[in-house]
Amino acid sequence: MSILKSSLSPRSEQFAANKAAHEAAMSEIRAAAQLALDGGGKAARDRHVSRGKILPRERVSRLLDPGSPFLEVGMLAAHDMYESAAPSAGMIAGIGRVEGQDVMILANDATVKGGTYYPLSVKKHLRAQEIAEQNNLPCIYLVDSGGANLPNQDEVFPDRDHFGRIFFNQANMSAKGIAQIAVVMGSCTAGGAYVPAMSDETIIVKNQGTIFLAGPPLVKAATGEEVTAEDLGGGDVHTRLSGVADHLASDDAHALALARRTIASLNRTKHSQLAVQTPEEPLYDPDEILGVIPADLKTPYDIREVIARIVDGSRFEEFKARYGTTLVCGFAHIHGMPVGIIANNGVLFSESAIKGAHFVALCSQRKVPLVFLQNITGFMVGRKYESGGIAKDGAKLVTAVATTSVPKITMLVGGSFGAGNYGMCGRAYSPRFLWTWPNSRISVMGGEQAAGVLATVRRDGIERKGGTWSADEEAAFRQPIVDQFEEQGHPLYASARLWDDGIIDPRKSRDILGLSLSAALNAPIEDTRFGLFRM
Amino acid sequence: MFKKILIANRGEIACRVMETAQKLGIRTVAIYSDADAGAKHVAMADEAFRVGPSPVSESYLKTDRIIEACKISGAEAVHPGYGFLSENPEFVEALEKAGIAFIGPSANSIRAMGLKDAAKALMEKAGVPVVPGYHGDNQDPAFLKEQAAAIGYPVLIKARAGGGGKGMRRVDAAEDFDDALQGAQREGEASFGDGRVLIEKYLTKPRHIEIQVFGDTHGNAVHLFERDCSLQRRHQKVIEEAPAPGMPEAMRQTMGEAAVKAAKAIDYSGAGTIEFIADVSEGLRADRFYLMEMNTRLQVEHPVTELITGVDLVAWQLLVAAGKPLPKTQADLSFNGWAFEARLYAEDVPKGFLPAIGTLSHLHLPEDTARVDSGVRPGDSISPYYDPMIAKIIVHGPTREAALGKLLASLEKTEVAGCVTNAGFLAALCRHTGFSNGDVDTGLIDRDLDNLVAEPELPEDGIALAAITALGLTEEANGNDPFETLKGWRIWSASRQFAYLEIDEERLDIEVHVRGKNHFDVHLRSGQARYNIISMDGARIVYERDGHRASGAVVLSQNTVTVFTGGHAFEIGLPDRLSSDDDAAGAGDQLIAPMPGLVKVLNGEPGKNVSKGDVLVVLEAMKMEHTLRAPRDGVIGETLVKAGEQVTDGTVLLTLAEEGDAAA
Repeated sequence: MSILKSSLSPRSEQFAANKAAHEAAMSEIRAAAQLALDGGGKAARDRHVSRGKILPRERVSRLLDPGSPFLEVGMLAAHDMYESAAPSAGMIAGIGRVEGQDVMILANDATVKGGTYYPLSVKKHLRAQEIAEQNNLPCIYLVDSGGANLPNQDEVFPDRDHFGRIFFNQANMSAKGIAQIAVVMGSCTAGGAYVPAMSDETIIVKNQGTIFLAGPPLVKAATGEEVTAEDLGGGDVHTRLSGVADHLASDDAHALALARRTIASLNRTKHSQLAVQTPEEPLYDPDEILGVIPADLKTPYDIREVIARIVDGSRFEEFKARYGTTLVCGFAHIHGMPVGIIANNGVLFSESAIKGAHFVALCSQRKVPLVFLQNITGFMVGRKYESGGIAKDGAKLVTAVATTSVPKITMLVGGSFGAGNYGMCGRAYSPRFLWTWPNSRISVMGGEQAAGVLATVRRDGIERKGGTWSADEEAAFRQPIVDQFEEQGHPLYASARLWDDGIIDPRKSRDILGLSLSAALNAPIEDTRFGLFRM
Repeated sequence: MFKKILIANRGEIACRVMETAQKLGIRTVAIYSDADAGAKHVAMADEAFRVGPSPVSESYLKTDRIIEACKISGAEAVHPGYGFLSENPEFVEALEKAGIAFIGPSANSIRAMGLKDAAKALMEKAGVPVVPGYHGDNQDPAFLKEQAAAIGYPVLIKARAGGGGKGMRRVDAAEDFDDALQGAQREGEASFGDGRVLIEKYLTKPRHIEIQVFGDTHGNAVHLFERDCSLQRRHQKVIEEAPAPGMPEAMRQTMGEAAVKAAKAIDYSGAGTIEFIADVSEGLRADRFYLMEMNTRLQVEHPVTELITGVDLVAWQLLVAAGKPLPKTQADLSFNGWAFEARLYAEDVPKGFLPAIGTLSHLHLPEDTARVDSGVRPGDSISPYYDPMIAKIIVHGPTREAALGKLLASLEKTEVAGCVTNAGFLAALCRHTGFSNGDVDTGLIDRDLDNLVAEPELPEDGIALAAITALGLTEEANGNDPFETLKGWRIWSASRQFAYLEIDEERLDIEVHVRGKNHFDVHLRSGQARYNIISMDGARIVYERDGHRASGAVVLSQNTVTVFTGGHAFEIGLPDRLSSDDDAAGAGDQLIAPMPGLVKVLNGEPGKNVSKGDVLVVLEAMKMEHTLRAPRDGVIGETLVKAGEQVTDGTVLLTLAEEGDAAA
């Protein structure tokens, strides 16, 4: 195999400048991550612990096999939203190992507004279930939630992808043999009661977990009956009388041990269809990524510098290296697993799109997972290209990406603009995972371009009416648009809205891709049937 | 020279003998009992014979089975090792009759030395000093008192048939003599049915010094200098050394000559040891050593002599038994440097050195710094049938100080998991000031026993290493899956792990943050400490704590993690959160009728202590009696039904209160 050669020196000034800029971008993300890690804040955490309950992140850690990695998704969900009231959207979701099985864990964080569901909580819950379903991962729900966040009920309850979908997913995953396990470690009220009730096997903590359709206050209001929460729907009631839960745990730690025991009995094995090799570290230190990638998205660079720091032994078998050169395609291994990499190296032309479609077909034929490294301003514009059929060639790539059955993993390493986002497997194309770098930006087009388009329309309108528009007026018009695009294109804005699965430290790209691929391999890779390619 | 020999022993000594035999090109035959079928000495031998079930009397002491094994295998000679049949003249004669050579002295020599009083008389006649005393038949109290005065106080009055300290009295002055005599006689009568006593000089500060002798069948006899075995506990040697510390050259010569004289007096051939007791109340003096006894075999502690003289004593035994003359004369023999031997036993030191048993789930012996004579391998068992020795750790150095340092270092590197050992005690002895100064006597261990057996506290580093190991964070990944290889990986934080450990019956969660591969923060009582694992070699871990580099060893097994530091092994439990069976017990606050029926029996009233499993209610339903038992230990809170009452299913029959102090 061909080994990539880096042409960059870690001792150059440019390297140091790039590194500084990336580290600044990362520190912003790290601060946001710390807010997420802190959950509902110190007072709420202390209260939680004083009740003998284990904090949600600790619950996850104790549930996992010791030393298991945890591929967290949606960590920054709801960041800077709802007046910053819902760090991580009030729940922790991610993939790790339990009793040697890869599982999806969903843990409510009761320190965040009692674990109630904000709109983005629902979206995150559904996203985690989607990941579980696509990748055939058993689900463990660590339930500790007061149910829907009532002030936001209109965005939580009625629509298709709202609260009810959680149970629809549980039923359908169970039907597919994807185990649904609930551990009731706190409240499980109203609709929430269906999480344990809809699970294959349920554990409840004595004198702590409760399940009921209506809590004591509602019961009293409705019928006048006075009853304690424990007597109404506590662990003893549900394991002895109602059968809503199956195992009674004496405390959180015991409940998690019981959950582990349940997973141990699932009788599953992870079959890889891939010809896996012994993993090899890249020849170039992944830590150099920060110095190698220009801080400014507009500065072009060779994407192979990134690939060299992600793939095993920095080996990359490039496909059609001399054709459609703005799209780099080729085979490599990540953590021993074969992948086809599709990476932007400039604006997409017809040739690049056709090459990409060909390569997707190749990987689909061979059942090799795809990794998209997205840094795309879009397809080439202009008369020559339109008349050359760039739309139909772009459509070929989009069709291939949309309909392939191999696992796709997308990483935004730079810009993600316009139709380029589609061709490079943006969120709408259901990559199994979508990760972003702190320096990335996502929007329908760049802020400057958008401001330019809107300014042109405005100018035309003004001039049609015989008016004039000064340069100052235009600048004042453009600036808010540029600002808005910058704010909304920022990865924190995007990740808060779950347009992706998380912002990552670029130096950890290789590990993230490895874990994502490994998680994806829990589901068999099916044969691909492509849609019609416009010729 | 023999072509094939049988070793009528087991364990380390069988292995030791075979090692030399194999070096000399002699084929070896082992014998084994059922318990030893898979033992190291069996694996080492060219051939092996089962001689019987596990008990010694039915296997290793079976003369006929051993002779049969010799005949079938064609072994020309038998090496008895030590213990077992090594000093049994009938065994020697039986071999002789069967035409098989015994690698050891003649039956006569053994007999001569076996009868202790006769032996002493014989030696006295040969001019070997014996402890001043009266061993005669005159038991007249006044006469005995005269004898005591002649010997000089303090004296020891001993029941002649005595043993184990029974019928023994120390007398410091004449006025105490009569009472003591009566006491000793009474005890002798009561314990052994024999009130006769003997009187000996009592040595206030005795040392056990023995001389290795060797004779051949050509009338030659030499000595190979002395060994000091003063470190004893209950007459069991613990650490031996050669030469003896502080031994004047003239005294060495005198003792050596006395020993050779003793050997020659009985035409001794082969390896033997003359044990002396030296009175060191005024230091080592050439006129203050006395014969105790002669052992007509190879001693356990023979390796210290080998290390200072360069002589392979087993090789000499084989030569002599084959009728060859001794390879060296007295003038050819010399010694250099210093040697120590420590006996590593499976024994429970805090429980009064009780022999321990177990499977050696992990065994690392310090073979890089010491000669290790051992009959066990990792995975072998220490069974209750035999001596619970694990190994002899033998070191040699140019000086006593150097050798002792090496012994301590070797003990500190010794790792045994699966059964308790005396390694910590041996290491404590090495650190003992008196011992390291060479100021030894047979009372040293007893005097300082409390300090020597003090169990040190598990150091914090030990807890940290145990936690890290118990979490599997140092383990090689199982396979290449990144979910296996990326230990403790997280996106934006260090991962927090919790090791659930049981230390001294206390269960605690130790929090470990994984900062990266082999980089951890561990939360300990003294605060958070940063650990970097530098390297791992087997169980041994070199680590850095907050920049300070040190090492330890940790062994993980199913339910325990054993931490080794300073020669001590600390066993830490890994409790199973499920083993408490709280799933069932958790509900156990009430006893509930599982079906409609008649309460036939109701055991207990409020306030009564009950244990899990106690029958509390018998319910008759569907013509069957159903026994309802206490789901946990506790106290009956209320009884809600009476005997004879008909109940429906789901009826709460009685309640159990929280255990509290009243619980059984």
